[in-house]
Amino acid sequence: MIKIPENIAMKDLRSGFGEGLVEAGRRNPNVVGLSADVTGSVKMDGFAKTFPERFVQCGIAEANMTGIAAGMSLNGKIPFLGGFAEFVTGRIYDQIRQVVAYSNKNVKVCGSHAGITLGEDGATHQTMEDIGLMKALPNMTVLVPCDANQTYNATLAAAEHNGPVYLRYGRPKMPNFTDINEPFIIGKAQILNEGSDVTIIATGHLVWEAIQAAIALEKEGIGAEVINIHTIKPLDSEAIIASARKTGAVVTAEEHSLYNGLGDSVAHVLAANCPTPMSFVAMEDRFGESGTPLQLMEHFGLKSSNIVNAVHKVLKIK
Amino acid sequence: MKTLIELQNIAKQVRRDIVRMTNKAKSGHPGGSLGCTEFMTALHFNIMNADPARFTMEGRGEDMFFMSNGHITPVLYSVMARRGYFPVDELNTFRFLGTRLQGHPSTAHNLPGIRMASGSLGQGLSVAIGAAVAKKMDGDNSLVFSLHGDGELEEGQIWEAVMFAGSKHVDNLIATVDYNRQQIDGTTDQVMSLGNLQAKWEAFGWQVVNIANGNDMQQVVDGLNAAKALTGKGKPICVIMKTEMGYGVDFMQGTNKYHGTPPSDEELAKALAQLPETLGDY
Repeated sequence: MIKIPENIAMKDLRSGFGEGLVEAGRRNPNVVGLSADVTGSVKMDGFAKTFPERFVQCGIAEANMTGIAAGMSLNGKIPFLGGFAEFVTGRIYDQIRQVVAYSNKNVKVCGSHAGITLGEDGATHQTMEDIGLMKALPNMTVLVPCDANQTYNATLAAAEHNGPVYLRYGRPKMPNFTDINEPFIIGKAQILNEGSDVTIIATGHLVWEAIQAAIALEKEGIGAEVINIHTIKPLDSEAIIASARKTGAVVTAEEHSLYNGLGDSVAHVLAANCPTPMSFVAMEDRFGESGTPLQLMEHFGLKSSNIVNAVHKVLKIK
Repeated sequence: MKTLIELQNIAKQVRRDIVRMTNKAKSGHPGGSLGCTEFMTALHFNIMNADPARFTMEGRGEDMFFMSNGHITPVLYSVMARRGYFPVDELNTFRFLGTRLQGHPSTAHNLPGIRMASGSLGQGLSVAIGAAVAKKMDGDNSLVFSLHGDGELEEGQIWEAVMFAGSKHVDNLIATVDYNRQQIDGTTDQVMSLGNLQAKWEAFGWQVVNIANGNDMQQVVDGLNAAKALTGKGKPICVIMKTEMGYGVDFMQGTNKYHGTPPSDEELAKALAQLPETLGDY
């Protein structure tokens, strides 16, 4: 049975980022922060107050912010640029491509409010494409932590990693269930539960849903292995192949488009190394809409019940 | 520090390099390169404080240069080679598979002197601002230079950057506009009128220096020195430098035809006849 700590607190991942950034700033004087007029929303206000001399307010100009960050990185600064995930990825894709990824600069692109759980602001702000955009860029490391504690640790890991990073996390309060003392190892999958019937591979907010699905499946007598992929790129292919060989059926779960997200990455690895029946829990090929985060996760089929259904589906073709 | 005559001689050789490189590569951008030859020569040989032999990405205590109009690599590479960043013979490899001299500047091939990729237009001013801001944070008093095409000013990011630098008093930055009034689809007036450029930059809080003839070496040296004298006074500096695209080769001059078209073999022979070999061909 999966061990979950009792009395799990709810906490937003963006706060994990904000606290992680302050700690990263304490540990390394080269860490600098840049924001585009959403400092409080993306929880960079703590850093801005603690290290005002190392914080650059860029105004509503994300493209310029990206160039400034790349320029600042030259003399050893470690720039963290923060904004809503859509506006620091899709809006400025070419800037990230040329002066961060291609130029291979030590810039951390930090996308808050990612995914459908951004909620009421609606589809203009709900990016479900950012993981695909960022993982397609050579040199780019893509981190998608699953809760506030892990986002804190991912932020520290990003600061220590030399090279471009995209760090993706969400807005609402979610169960904060990982151990704050567990270091974040870039590129290392976490096996949260062992099982032999099916493997559920999840990322971001959907990791908690995957755990809930495994609990429900256990009551049906189905043993689900749960893997948290907090690093989309580089992908821990070894862990994925090993688990797929063991269970013979794989479900992926993510708060992202069906195209170009975690599911695609896992399918690519398995097709080439260990062809395995798969089913996908992700956003269909469509835009989101206004609603509360929970309503939207239910509406678009991103809850534990959808993962359970996907498991049933994949087991039929196993 | 070079004399005026020495600078002029270097510029003559650089123009030979430009037409030979683009002819051999059967591609590249000779027009803007020829127009910016005086600027690039003066900047690298007399204006900037930077040591090619000790190039580092960090550039601490050194002036930095970012060429935002990345397509004019022929003039950049020629001047860099002539300045000693890499062997002049390497100019033979321009745009060929495996070269460090990529069509547009790249950091992926470890060419000394290049700190950032450019080519997708409108991004270099932001990068230069970032470098300048970081220098200020570190108490590094050296300067940051950038170069921009005038057509490039149509990119919106330029004006994000112009607004930032004026607002935040980035006064260790000298951005030069190659005001040749030409772009691919025609003159800038035909494509997108630039209007009163000086008033635009000044309205954003910049100090403007004009160079009436950017193909006159003395004027370029004087203009850039005047710009340097204005740094550290609370405002970023913009140099509006009027040039002729294709300057130095009569049939390439004042037209946008050679923006991205190399000279043919016959045209190369005609061009070289007008350009004396002063330092020795590579």
